[in-house]
Amino acid sequence: MSAIRGCAWTFGRDVDTDQIIAARYLNMKTAEELACHLMEDCDAEFPQKVKAGDIMVARENFGCGSSREHAPIAIKGAGVPVVIAKSFARIFYRNAFNTGLPILVAPEAVDGISEGDELEVDLETGSIRNLTTGKDYQAEALPPFMRELVAAGGLLPYLKKSTSER
Amino acid sequence: MGMTVVEKILARATGQAQVRVGDVVEPAVDLAMSHENAALVINQFQEIFEGTGLEPTVWDPSKIAIIFDHRVPAESSKTATNQKRIRDFVAAQGISKFHDVRADQGGICHQILPEYGYVRPGYVVVGTDSHTTSHGAVGAFAFGLGATEMAAVWALGKVLNVEVPATIKVVANGSFGQWVSPKDLILYLIGKISAEGANFRVLEYHGSAIRNMPVSGRLTVSNMSMEAGATAGIIPADEETELYLRREAGVTDDLDVVQPDADAVYEQVVEIDVAELGPQIAKPHTVDNVCGVGEVEGLKVQQIVIGSCTNGRLDDLEIAARLLRGKTVAKGTRMLVFPASWKIYKQALRSGVLADLADAGAVIMNSGCGCCLGVHQGALGDGEVALATTNRNFKGRMGNPKGEVYLCSPATAAASAVTGVITDPRKVGA
Repeated sequence: MSAIRGCAWTFGRDVDTDQIIAARYLNMKTAEELACHLMEDCDAEFPQKVKAGDIMVARENFGCGSSREHAPIAIKGAGVPVVIAKSFARIFYRNAFNTGLPILVAPEAVDGISEGDELEVDLETGSIRNLTTGKDYQAEALPPFMRELVAAGGLLPYLKKSTSER
Repeated sequence: MGMTVVEKILARATGQAQVRVGDVVEPAVDLAMSHENAALVINQFQEIFEGTGLEPTVWDPSKIAIIFDHRVPAESSKTATNQKRIRDFVAAQGISKFHDVRADQGGICHQILPEYGYVRPGYVVVGTDSHTTSHGAVGAFAFGLGATEMAAVWALGKVLNVEVPATIKVVANGSFGQWVSPKDLILYLIGKISAEGANFRVLEYHGSAIRNMPVSGRLTVSNMSMEAGATAGIIPADEETELYLRREAGVTDDLDVVQPDADAVYEQVVEIDVAELGPQIAKPHTVDNVCGVGEVEGLKVQQIVIGSCTNGRLDDLEIAARLLRGKTVAKGTRMLVFPASWKIYKQALRSGVLADLADAGAVIMNSGCGCCLGVHQGALGDGEVALATTNRNFKGRMGNPKGEVYLCSPATAAASAVTGVITDPRKVGA
């Protein structure tokens, strides 16, 4: 897995699932449709501003609230390759890996990233380099099962692989 | 070393004598619940089998419950078509615990599960809804998960990669003051420990205030444990649990009344004297933004909502009726009532509670969740304020990011309906 490079969009604490994708859009089917409304209730311009490859960076408890998988799917649909936060709410944490959105817990990195900073992230090692400030950070290591999900691209491909191997 | 309730349940569900915090286990599932998002689960479930040559068949159709409650009756052709697909799947797979849009069986999933005895002490319960924590109220380990993970449960009958969570013990002692209720207790707790205070952890409730609380109030406490980030909110089963399941749900099987060991290890102990509690309010836009009612008293309210999975049970509606009987909802304020199930709806209908509420000006709605999350009736206008007994006040929650939702108990909501401003129920109620 090669390193990811992208610009940071920063968010505060307790970014809830309703902000990530409002319930009124839950009837939409594709990741691309959902991405058109990503973070809309937090910043109405965000769906236009975010570019594929940009990285979302947030403080504590990102993704708290609903069990809606649309949240990580909308983020992925916008082309955001990874979310970095001080902490993630449990259901979002699992949904992200299950739907193939890599996420990293890196409190110190979050403190050292400002909006617009260019980041280089190695998902394999969890190393985060802020190219704008020149500082390096290390994310918490992923649990073994989550590493397998990242490698497989999510729970469905993981299960398909293990089902066909059975 | 002793075990907490969740450790005991996970040990049983994995066939082990003991599990410890941090162990990674794959517990067998006793009940898997979904609502209309079963449509997504079906997609993912079928995808698992695609190209394998195997027929997509659920592991055990008797252990799956599907309840229509989020958009009932369907508000759009899209929803109606989703519901139709689910009905077809339910029929094809032989899923018997299915609750359609009907007044003889319908309601909100978190009420239907205990009401029909689908959840029991000691069960592992998963649901594609974050408030699945509700079922901890009868002593189950119940937690929310996403549609893809549920598809895996439908296929395998177990949850993969579950890390045994640490437990925070909450001890609530004392007696509630007049017009103060379990909702005020859980709002206070969330304010105290924060929206992520119990993230990746289980809240286990003890103390005389819990023991003396009917299952109705326990469901409120376990339901909103989610808003402190908790994986689950477990109230160890006791005589009240058994009485409820036997009388209300008609359960006749033996119950596995799981109790924690005396030497169980807790990460933290939080003690609360409920006698000192007054009515609590969660201000926009996070549920841990909690204050005493006095701080926001007098704020004008355009919409009062009583009901939902959090506070739509018979005693909640009765409290509202006691405060509204012979009075009227203030001019400029509207009041919507969402009973938690049709069983409750009909009990309140027959006892006259609903007539009292309607006479006061409240609109009695279908049993459902739609208003709380803003997908089906009861939306707010720009700049409007709602005071609701529901469980979330996130921005945009009641269908409008330019609206504001304050959370409270049924008593505070009903008292405020009379005055049209946020009101301490102790000043209105006799």
